[in-house]
Amino acid sequence: MSRCVKRLGKWVSLGQSKRGFSTSTIQKDGVENGVKSLNLYSAINQALHIALDTDPRSYVFGEDVGFGGVFRCTTGLADRFGKNRVFNTPLCEQGIVGFGIGLAAMGNRAIAEIQFADYIFPAFDQIVNEAAKFRYRSGNQFNCGGLTIRTPYGAVGHGGHYHSQSPEAFFCHVPGIKVVIPRSPKEAKGLLLSCIRDPNPIVFFEPKWLYRLAVEEVPEDDYMLPLSEAEVIRQGSDITLVGWGAQLAIMEQACIDAEKEGISCELIDLKTLIPWDKETVEASVKKTGRLLISHEAPVTGGFGAEISASILERCFSRLEAPVARVCGLDTPFPLVFEPFYMPTKNKILDAIKSTVNY
Amino acid sequence: MALSRLASSHFGSNFLKPASLLLSSQRRRSISSSNETLTIETSIPFTSHNCDAPSRSVETSSSELMSFFNDMVLMRRMEIAADSLYKAKLIRGFCHLYDGQEAVAVGMEAAINSKDCVITAYRDHCTFLSRGGTLFEIFSELMGRSGGCSKGKGGSMHFYRKVGGFYGGHGIVGAQVPLGVGLAFGQKYCKDPNVTFSLYGDGAANQGQLFEALNIAALWDLPAILVCENNHYGMGTAEWRSAKSPAYYKRGDYAPGLKVDGMDVLAVKQACKFAKEHALKNGPIILEMDTYRYHGHSMSDPGSTYRTRDEISGVRQERDPIERVRKLVLAHDISTEKELKDIEKEARKQVDEAITKAKESQMPDPSDLFTNVYVKGLGVEAYGADRKELKATLP
Ligand SMILES: Cc1ncc(C[n+]2csc(CCOP(=O)(O)OP(=O)(O)O)c2C)c(N)n1
Ligand SMILES: [Mg+2]
Repeated sequence: MSRCVKRLGKWVSLGQSKRGFSTSTIQKDGVENGVKSLNLYSAINQALHIALDTDPRSYVFGEDVGFGGVFRCTTGLADRFGKNRVFNTPLCEQGIVGFGIGLAAMGNRAIAEIQFADYIFPAFDQIVNEAAKFRYRSGNQFNCGGLTIRTPYGAVGHGGHYHSQSPEAFFCHVPGIKVVIPRSPKEAKGLLLSCIRDPNPIVFFEPKWLYRLAVEEVPEDDYMLPLSEAEVIRQGSDITLVGWGAQLAIMEQACIDAEKEGISCELIDLKTLIPWDKETVEASVKKTGRLLISHEAPVTGGFGAEISASILERCFSRLEAPVARVCGLDTPFPLVFEPFYMPTKNKILDAIKSTVNY
Repeated sequence: MALSRLASSHFGSNFLKPASLLLSSQRRRSISSSNETLTIETSIPFTSHNCDAPSRSVETSSSELMSFFNDMVLMRRMEIAADSLYKAKLIRGFCHLYDGQEAVAVGMEAAINSKDCVITAYRDHCTFLSRGGTLFEIFSELMGRSGGCSKGKGGSMHFYRKVGGFYGGHGIVGAQVPLGVGLAFGQKYCKDPNVTFSLYGDGAANQGQLFEALNIAALWDLPAILVCENNHYGMGTAEWRSAKSPAYYKRGDYAPGLKVDGMDVLAVKQACKFAKEHALKNGPIILEMDTYRYHGHSMSDPGSTYRTRDEISGVRQERDPIERVRKLVLAHDISTEKELKDIEKEARKQVDEAITKAKESQMPDPSDLFTNVYVKGLGVEAYGADRKELKATLP
């Protein structure tokens, strides 16, 4: 299957080294039809068009996706590919994912949308117990590798309890699925195409804060970005910062502010949370001697904890300060107190300073 | 005495009382006529599944009709004001309005008492009001103020009122229905003569949890009433696009059901009375309320892309729950057009006053971010950027 994956789209080469590219300087290898300035939801939309176009056995379904979905990510798909391949489902997340697993088990690419990540929990059992273990428990007779679950996650400024959560860590505890989160339009398109064509079931979390906000030059053609490869998006020597999705933009601002105070920060986009690229993070921490992780999800049991533990194992003797975690608080996602809850730029900056001055 | 003066003088002292109580205590008509029983036919007959339908003749009184009018007018005004507050960004988060569906909340309340439980989804403003909540609590909650019914911590989708048997305001579609069945078990176990009404939408009707809950309720003969508020759309999806059988009252299979004109407050009252009696004796029953929401699904939905303007205005003209009661009141010579207009003006005034007062309500204290996660004493530990324990105020 991976061979056919490579035929479908070109890998965008990240160059000789995994390092050294900021968001704006990712190489344009493989670009044939030029680039276009796109926001994140349009980039997702383009990826879905390409996915359906290049594989007649691919399907898009979920609540209201036939009409374009609440965030417009699926606009135009039903018109172009027909109602047999792009269709609305009833309001039943468990059913949607279970159906997707079955569809994928027949050798199709099932691209399911869960309207908000907050609503993925009715489908949790299907993801954890069915999707993730299908291949393993059938001794590789069956799998649902064609399944990709797209779902918007994260804060939007005033979403309240059930339109803001970041549940990625729950899924990172489940061997058998992959968890991928893009940070920008160009990344979103390339990573989503890789996810759809990857032979493993994947949960793809889309940063909904960036749907309209993030605009970037996006290659028009069919390209894929590698999974399980982190990217150093800013080089530095004093401290390593690791994050994913919408949080990277906040972290980048903190890096810029820290630089004004003479602290050189290296920023890494993890992109794939499981299985994650330990080597890139390890190499960076071995260089800087310090690590800070930041995510919107509550700090306790967040994926930052896993990164922290792993890096401690690998870099113990190189670390010059405790690993810092700047994350959401251990409370339900609040309504009016969102600004307190969030891992803001200032909180990150404080943590950078106290880690460097430890 | 003019109604408006009476009602406004009640505003301060009786602020905590539900609107209908206000009205009955200030009964405007001569006492003799207001308590007289009137018998009025429902708009259309009930359709039943696995049970005999109740009679179309509903007993009411002129004072009850007036309180229906008053309550529904107040709800309508309240929702329209919430719309403006949202557009002015004074209400944040997600906000779902109930205008068009008022007869369901009001008719149901008329058939039950505060020991009966009600649990619903996120479209909860009017249900809260009908259960005895106040406008001040509503607008404070909507604006995230400490005077709100959930102390400003819940927002639009999470209204609760324990004293009125209102178990709230739930954000996850369908999740409240099994909870309602648990409430009903509690009632039955204590031999309470009461029931639980679990409200859900036509979209929610397709969630698997509903069928699980219904089976439990039927298996143990629980006094659980499942009320499907069928407004014919789940977000932008018309019922027939998502349900093989949009006859929701029949979808309990072994459990009986009743289809009710949810735009006719008297039909709703009759059906809820019938359902309560049935559930206490025989276990669960489904009520499908045929209703309509005038607003879009939430504030981000203009509500006009998946249905025609003609459809909306047609319902407004022919089936509006407030207009139906207005006609009844006039036809039975219970009140005059002028007096009804005054009630509407008074509703507007009450809403405006409540908003003014709610705006003065404090924002919750930042320490409230941490309270109620666990019982006090098992408080949450949160760590700040400096890795010291975080107190309430953050940078
Ligand atoms: C489990 C879950 N899935 C999806 C949503 C998003 N959502 C909120 S309301 C809604 C439509 C519900 O329609 P219906 O049950 O008919 O209720 P109505 O809004 O018409 O009152 C959807 C899809 C949610 N809140 N919870
Ligand atoms: Mg509905």
